[in-house]
Amino acid sequence: MNASAPALTRPISSQFIAMSLFLALMMNLLPWQGVALLARPDFVLMLLLYWAIHQPLRIGMAAAWGLGIAMDVADGALLGQYALSYTVTIFLAFVLHRRIQAFGLWPQALHVSVLLLASQFLTLLVHLASGASFIGGGYFLATISGTLLWPALGLLIPLALKHKTLPE
Amino acid sequence: MDHQPFFKRGPSALARLAFFGLLSVALMAVDARFNQLEPLRQLVGLALHPLQQIANSPLALSRRAGEFFVTQNQLASENTRLKQQQLTTSLQVQRNQSLQAENAYLRRLLASREKSGDSAIAVEIMSDGRDPFSRRIIVDKGSSRHILPGQAVIDDTGLVGQVTRVQVLSSEVTLITDKGQAVPVEVVRNGLHAIAFGHGRDNMLELAFMATNMDIQNGDKLVTSGIDGTYPRGVPVATVTRIERNAGDPFAKIICTPSAGVGRYRHLLVVSAPSPMPQTAPASSGGKQ
Repeated sequence: MNASAPALTRPISSQFIAMSLFLALMMNLLPWQGVALLARPDFVLMLLLYWAIHQPLRIGMAAAWGLGIAMDVADGALLGQYALSYTVTIFLAFVLHRRIQAFGLWPQALHVSVLLLASQFLTLLVHLASGASFIGGGYFLATISGTLLWPALGLLIPLALKHKTLPE
Repeated sequence: MDHQPFFKRGPSALARLAFFGLLSVALMAVDARFNQLEPLRQLVGLALHPLQQIANSPLALSRRAGEFFVTQNQLASENTRLKQQQLTTSLQVQRNQSLQAENAYLRRLLASREKSGDSAIAVEIMSDGRDPFSRRIIVDKGSSRHILPGQAVIDDTGLVGQVTRVQVLSSEVTLITDKGQAVPVEVVRNGLHAIAFGHGRDNMLELAFMATNMDIQNGDKLVTSGIDGTYPRGVPVATVTRIERNAGDPFAKIICTPSAGVGRYRHLLVVSAPSPMPQTAPASSGGKQ
């Protein structure tokens, strides 16, 4: 009931988490093309990471896996490719979440960049194993944009939460 | 973690990772090797379809707004151009009709089966494929409009690709430039048969396994040969642009530029080839030898 308590210490409704993941899915489904597609951060993975790091008890690997399957179908990729990379990345986030929480936004972003890189390497491995050829360094643009997106997420989501809980 | 957890949280993270990781790997293996997962893909795809429509709507709206605000001048010039085009086309159609009649007559003389008329379905490109590793596009009609996997996709300048995956309301077209996509072609000038392979790069095909002494020149037009039973015969595929003949190499390296412009148009045609396979004699023909 203490009004001055920071918003993040209050329980976050499951609807809010589900809604944010849904929005991220919609962002991923926007008709990105060409360089924009390469440079687009994977919003679903970013949100999954955010919740896995800040609310590790509220989000499970099943959600990551399910969203991964949805992305597989949406992208026409090999079924299970995103599912695998999301699951592994979320596992790493679970392992590291206490450590990451102790840092400020930019050092957090550095940690997250390693996680994103791991996810992209995994996807790349699956692609190479299924016979594709590497498409060049532009492939890793998504890691850079994701890293830059992290501080923005770290500012915006608490803001949205505060806005949401203020009228009560 | 050697200590007993204070709260019950279900299986450990590592166990869950192992479960979902193995499940994903198993799915990938089944999907890549046996193609048994199409029902699952169809189901998820159907659920995702409205979301994709919504996500695509801003672009579609802006395009429609752009179409609304065209100048009278543009419309008039386009109208003139189309009228001229229609004149030439109608001339061709008339010639085509007489040719078809003649063809039918000759075929009757030869007592061979008439080629069934090609069926064509017009589709619109919904989105480029999202996988940067492959050359694919998504079009807006699926199995509900009788699109079948394996059908050829063309535009008004040539062959675009092949339908590789059909969902209920959309289907996925693999472009001929996708890595490993093969099209049996023949050279218009001399009827030489070859196979054009995509290399996963835009605007480039390669004729594989052509000996260095084969009669191929720069500028040769390649059309589908139709012997594969997948692509209809005579659709323009590519033009030869570069030939490298190395004395130490049994095969020439022949690079071609595809005729169809996938980036230019949004409307494509899905066609199926008349089957070149000999049909079994119908049972009603009785005891004829």
